[in-house]
Amino acid sequence: MLRINRDVIAALFLVVFTCVFFAASFTIRVTSYGTVASHVWPRAILVGLGALCVLYLVNSLRGVYDTEPNVGPGGFLNWFSKYRNALCCFIMYGLFLIGLPYVGILVAGILFVFIVLNLMGGWRPLQLVVHGIIAVGTMGSMWAIFTFALQVILPEGELFRIW
Amino acid sequence: MLFENILAAAEALITIQTMALMVLGVAAGLIAGAIPGFTITMAVVLTLPFTFGMSPIQGLATMIGVFVGGLSGGLMAGILTGIPGTPSSVATTFDGFPMARNGRPGLALGIGVWASFFGGIISAILLITVAPQLARIGLEFGPWDFFALVMFALTITASLSGENLVKGLVAGALGLLVATVGSDEINGVERFSFGFEPLEQGFSFLPVLVGLFAFSQLLSDVQDRKKAREPLMPRGTAAVRIEHRRALGEVLSRWGNLIRSSLIGVFTGILPAAGGSISNILAYDQAKKASKNPQGFGKGSPEGIVAPESANNATAGGALITMMALGIPGDIVTAIMLGALLIHDVIPSPTFITDEPKLAYGIFMAFFLANFIMVAMQAICLRGFVLVTRLRMYVLAGVILAYCGIGIFALNNIVFDMWTLLIFGVVGLVMKVMGFPLAPMILGVVLGHIAELNLNRALSTSDDLMLFVNRPWSLFFILLGIFSVIFPWYQKLRGFARWTLFYPSAMLICLAIPMSMMQGSVRPILAVFMVVFAAWFIWRHWRAGWALHPPEERGLEN
Repeated sequence: MLRINRDVIAALFLVVFTCVFFAASFTIRVTSYGTVASHVWPRAILVGLGALCVLYLVNSLRGVYDTEPNVGPGGFLNWFSKYRNALCCFIMYGLFLIGLPYVGILVAGILFVFIVLNLMGGWRPLQLVVHGIIAVGTMGSMWAIFTFALQVILPEGELFRIW
Repeated sequence: MLFENILAAAEALITIQTMALMVLGVAAGLIAGAIPGFTITMAVVLTLPFTFGMSPIQGLATMIGVFVGGLSGGLMAGILTGIPGTPSSVATTFDGFPMARNGRPGLALGIGVWASFFGGIISAILLITVAPQLARIGLEFGPWDFFALVMFALTITASLSGENLVKGLVAGALGLLVATVGSDEINGVERFSFGFEPLEQGFSFLPVLVGLFAFSQLLSDVQDRKKAREPLMPRGTAAVRIEHRRALGEVLSRWGNLIRSSLIGVFTGILPAAGGSISNILAYDQAKKASKNPQGFGKGSPEGIVAPESANNATAGGALITMMALGIPGDIVTAIMLGALLIHDVIPSPTFITDEPKLAYGIFMAFFLANFIMVAMQAICLRGFVLVTRLRMYVLAGVILAYCGIGIFALNNIVFDMWTLLIFGVVGLVMKVMGFPLAPMILGVVLGHIAELNLNRALSTSDDLMLFVNRPWSLFFILLGIFSVIFPWYQKLRGFARWTLFYPSAMLICLAIPMSMMQGSVRPILAVFMVVFAAWFIWRHWRAGWALHPPEERGLEN
């Protein structure tokens, strides 16, 4: 029996993804030099990938894979609750990267670690203190190791440059 | 020549600084291995940024220290709590934990430590002797053969690393596709950048790898909110003392099991994708079959600890053999080591051992010495390692995520690499949740350039595609690739479908064809033996009336 499950959605996404890349492969410049054109290898991969994705789609429609049922009513909250920690980390990491040019890696890193630890571990007063110490201690030592021992010039941030 | 190379490597390796780095590496590996959910690969990935400022030999020696330490660290958690620290110590818990519960945790740990040590030493000896010979065979390879080898590595990884072959192959193809983004190495033409400037140079290999593996692994570890807040290991395990003398006697008295399991480990390591997670179970199964007292297994038998622990440490040597001799990483850890070598402009290939003997033998020796350091560290610092496992996973995850970012930035001083880390972290987690194995994708990213380069060289030399099947090594790998694609079905239907009776014989006969085409007399003679063996195998089944033996009849159910 044909049924819609998350594998069907993933397979459809992969088919579209392959088509987009296949279309993009026609924009690859063909040079007058070189025996093998630059688009040959990517297109060979895409043909193989396309065939595999179609097979994946057919298998998913036939219910070959043991996957969870579709997200039902109220399912989004369950889904969010299941992946809450991962989503928090991704969002915070994105914000950490956005903040990097402004506050530099040391401050952004301390804030990232502190907020992520609180989001995952809790916001009680004692935890705030412990998480703060962990954030400052770990990021401070990493920053010092990379800056002084490994001589890596880490992003300082515009705010620190003004000071 | 061998001794000259060893002496030259020893001179470069045995310095106070390098030894101190190796001790730190082994300690880090032991801690990482002891933490359930924190894999050896992640420990090696996290060590990588620190090696940028080191010389190649120091960097590789440190990473090897982490690798060996991690393989041995897994046994602590497995024996003391019954929760394996790493997948490569799963079988250790079958007998290690019951022995510890029976009041002999020190002996169980001792047997594990010494079996790991001897497994590592046996594989180090094989590494030093086999890798140069294999590299000599590798010199026979043309671009057709290398291309076929890469394809085989990807298909076997896809078939071994997940429950579903199609998903594994999709992951492998996606990895190859990721490697094509950016400037084409041969013609210098931009591909799939979609007008986005940072993509013109393509994705750096290490941010992709760290994102796919470490980032996604950490996030799946903290997925369970309650578990993420609990200590990684329960209390009451720190007061254990290893019974070294007794354990050494127990291990050496089982020398047959030790050697057999170590050889299983080395052979599994040589195969692409088949790492310690497979070898420890294989060795345990073989030890149980060969034992005079199989009913003692699962109740705290020393044999059941010796087999998996010697096998998983020996796997590391096997994986290094393939990387050092052919330049093809056998697993994710060696893929990272390959990346570390590339950072230092050292490109492993069949000529690597002859071109860079100091570095190559330095790596061999580092692997050898790391095993001694591991035993010493286990003896001195066991209590400290166990204490570290009281940490909570969310604390580790938060700190390591930030550290990953800094480490990746340090690679090229480019912020876009940190974005790459995030993007591939999301991709890795989604793939994991969807049941896609990550190992084929990672190997696809690593091997993509090698595959394209060799395909290009092959087609530039001749446009005759028949060379892929006319050349013996190329045909050999293509046939192995085909059989590895069928392998998951063979494994699933073995004992139920009649065709599975012919699978090993068919593989032997097919592989005998390219073997008979190879130069010299040894390999054609070996081909004859393979055909004879296949015929004997078929004859045995014919005598048994083509009877099928389901797994429970073969006594494989644990």
